[in-house]
Amino acid sequence: MSEATANENKPVQTLEPGLKGVVADWASDQRSFKTASWGKAMMWIFLVSDTFVFGIFLLSYMTTRISTPVAWPDPSHVFGLHVFGVEVPLLLIAIMTFVLITSSGTMAMAVNFGYRRDKAKTTLMLLVTALFGATFVGMQIFEWTKLIQEGVRPWGNPFGAEQFGASFFMITGFHGTHVTIGVIFLLIVARKVWRGDFDNGRPGFFTARKGRYEVVEIMGLYWHFVDLVWVFIFAFFYLW
Amino acid sequence: MANIPHDATNTAPPAELGEMELYHPKSWWTKYVFSQDAKIIAIQYAVTALAIGFVALVLSWLIRLQLGFPNTFTFIDAERYYQFITMHGMIMVVYLLTALFLGGFGNYLIPLMVGARDMVFPYANMLSYWIYLLAVLVLVASFFVPGGPTGAGWTLYPPQAITSGTPGDEGGIILMLVSLILFIIGFTMGGLNYTVTVLQARTRGMTLMRMPLTVWGIFVATIMALLAFPALFVAAVMMLFDKLLGTSFFMPTLVEFGEQLSYGGGSPILFQHLFWFFGHPEVYIVALPAFGIVSDLISTHARRNIFGYRMMVWAIVIIGALSFVVWAHHMYVSGMHPYFGFWFATTTLIIAVPTAIKVYNWVLTLWRADIHFTTPMLFALGFIVTFVNGGLSGLFLGNVVVDVPLSDTMFVVAHFHMVMGIAPILVIYGAIYHWYPKVTGRMLSEALGKFHFWVTFVGAYLIFFPMHYVGLMGAPRRYFETSDIMVLPDSAITLNAFMSIAAFVVGFAQMVFIFNVVWSLKNGKEAGGNPWRATTLEWQTPKTPPEHGNWGKELPIVYRWAYDYSVPGAPEDFVPQNQPAAATQGAPS
Repeated sequence: MSEATANENKPVQTLEPGLKGVVADWASDQRSFKTASWGKAMMWIFLVSDTFVFGIFLLSYMTTRISTPVAWPDPSHVFGLHVFGVEVPLLLIAIMTFVLITSSGTMAMAVNFGYRRDKAKTTLMLLVTALFGATFVGMQIFEWTKLIQEGVRPWGNPFGAEQFGASFFMITGFHGTHVTIGVIFLLIVARKVWRGDFDNGRPGFFTARKGRYEVVEIMGLYWHFVDLVWVFIFAFFYLW
Repeated sequence: MANIPHDATNTAPPAELGEMELYHPKSWWTKYVFSQDAKIIAIQYAVTALAIGFVALVLSWLIRLQLGFPNTFTFIDAERYYQFITMHGMIMVVYLLTALFLGGFGNYLIPLMVGARDMVFPYANMLSYWIYLLAVLVLVASFFVPGGPTGAGWTLYPPQAITSGTPGDEGGIILMLVSLILFIIGFTMGGLNYTVTVLQARTRGMTLMRMPLTVWGIFVATIMALLAFPALFVAAVMMLFDKLLGTSFFMPTLVEFGEQLSYGGGSPILFQHLFWFFGHPEVYIVALPAFGIVSDLISTHARRNIFGYRMMVWAIVIIGALSFVVWAHHMYVSGMHPYFGFWFATTTLIIAVPTAIKVYNWVLTLWRADIHFTTPMLFALGFIVTFVNGGLSGLFLGNVVVDVPLSDTMFVVAHFHMVMGIAPILVIYGAIYHWYPKVTGRMLSEALGKFHFWVTFVGAYLIFFPMHYVGLMGAPRRYFETSDIMVLPDSAITLNAFMSIAAFVVGFAQMVFIFNVVWSLKNGKEAGGNPWRATTLEWQTPKTPPEHGNWGKELPIVYRWAYDYSVPGAPEDFVPQNQPAAATQGAPS
């Protein structure tokens, strides 16, 4: 086998179905996940670790919310928007969530086009995904600005328990940072796709590893994870 | 049948992967400084960890000066004393033990032992070291900021960790938290490398159940670290916000000098839960690599296959899993619900089962074996004794009713120093004496090594064994001095002075070790490729020290497990893992 095939995920043996296959994989040599490349395995393990980070953030938020003696602000009131004189609870959040979930769809399309070696459409879909991501971050900035103008601070707010502002800015900020990093990497990957790095195996600037279309899929894993985490933040922070 | 070596075959499955793409350094800088070679990174990790560990050693002397001879050395005041114990604990647990076992031994041994050319992501691996170095530098910087390093105790319990009155509440605590966050980011980069390399980059024939136990220990410890460090990360971020932004995650309503602080409504107990959800697995993050390494040292130097290999592997995995459900046994006096104590005491005591299996298996490996009392073997044997000792006092502390009166006494200090201080450090020394010939091509001096071992081992007992008694008499930990507030019998005071003197002697013995390491670089005996006549792959490299890429042209192929020592019928008393079965069988099977 040549160097080009080193990291590609192609099954070498016939895979047994079901539990037998799992046992056979783990009992075998060389690789425990027969269809996963190194990059993909690395991303999955990283996401498990990152799940713990977000999980502990959310658990800490729930603990502080339960243990603080001051009443918690009513989220549907705090996060409501006045549109045409009507107060619509959670309107902005609904739009933000819709945008982010949509971006997961375009990301999936980018991965699909990537495996078809369709350079133009992959680039387009990556850029659309990045645009949705940037829109999400933009709306988050709007939301933060609105709350700050209403007097919400990490150390206190006019609506109730001061841990509300602290948890809100910390958790949405941490998630927003993830989205922002994702957008940056989406743009980098889009540039690489457009330049043809993944068609001609141009080595990476830092890693000197050959470019492969699988990078789009690994990028997708991260992006879907960030979207999934948002669903939990949405549920626990805005709906509770 | 009796002559067939365990698990050996003649064939290996075909290669699933092509050659690893390696980064080829173009200059001295990219070869030795910004190196992407796991072996160089390992040495960088090890040297940095040992250097900062030396700082912790000096701090421990200063602690012992005060404890042994209270009010004699006026430059140690109460504030400095708290800073010394805090930094000593933090450095030893995180920046020395974790970094050295995973970053040092993990980087060096994983690729070599599983037959890979390098870690799977050399660039991230390099970043991992440099971020670790940055974390260490930030930690060191805290000694030089106004107010000095934090003196909150290594557990950094709020609210006192960030309120005024605690030494280092201005800059020290901030730098401490930033340093921890950096450490975790750096470790994650390395940790992903270690796990993926073990899972996905083994050589032909290297199944998981043929891996040396060293790799198993480091592998499971890395997974645990990837799941446990997030808790510390979150806790550090939240405490940093409490300190810098005035949030109240961990801060209840407080009154200071008659004035109410702006904090209110936070939960200090939440921090304790987060800290120990990291902190308890951390004990095993340090212990599991030590277990693994000791198994290999014992097997090699007793010329005997490890007893119950599969049991050993599963014990490592079970200990790793159980250690995530025992954390609140550090919090029996925190006021949590008594039923919690019941649950956590039960899980804690259950851990004794797989741990005991490991100890019995080590003993059974040694039973009637051809034991060579080399320096690595001495350290490995010292570990078993020390670990059993520390484990037994753990049984006392794991039970709620016994723990409550012992809580925060010197008994606890003696317990954890035995079990996760002395024991893993003995393994580190044993491992350095064992693998130094592979890293440098030269042997360390055995005479100096044995001197180092006996002074360290006996000395450690002289320090920490009496400490149990002092603790049982009621001497509290973390007290600057006790003469004004409580009466300790004269014997306890004499014992304290005795322990201090022993600590200085042990400390100076470490200088002998440093001298040995430096001196042997040039003057050590030539080691050759496999001085211990060991079976594992790292001793079968074409060159010693192994060059970039480890294996020359062809990757090794593994035909057997890692413990074929003294196989009946084999021409030598060890059969390397990359030797096919046919070559060793005297008679046809």
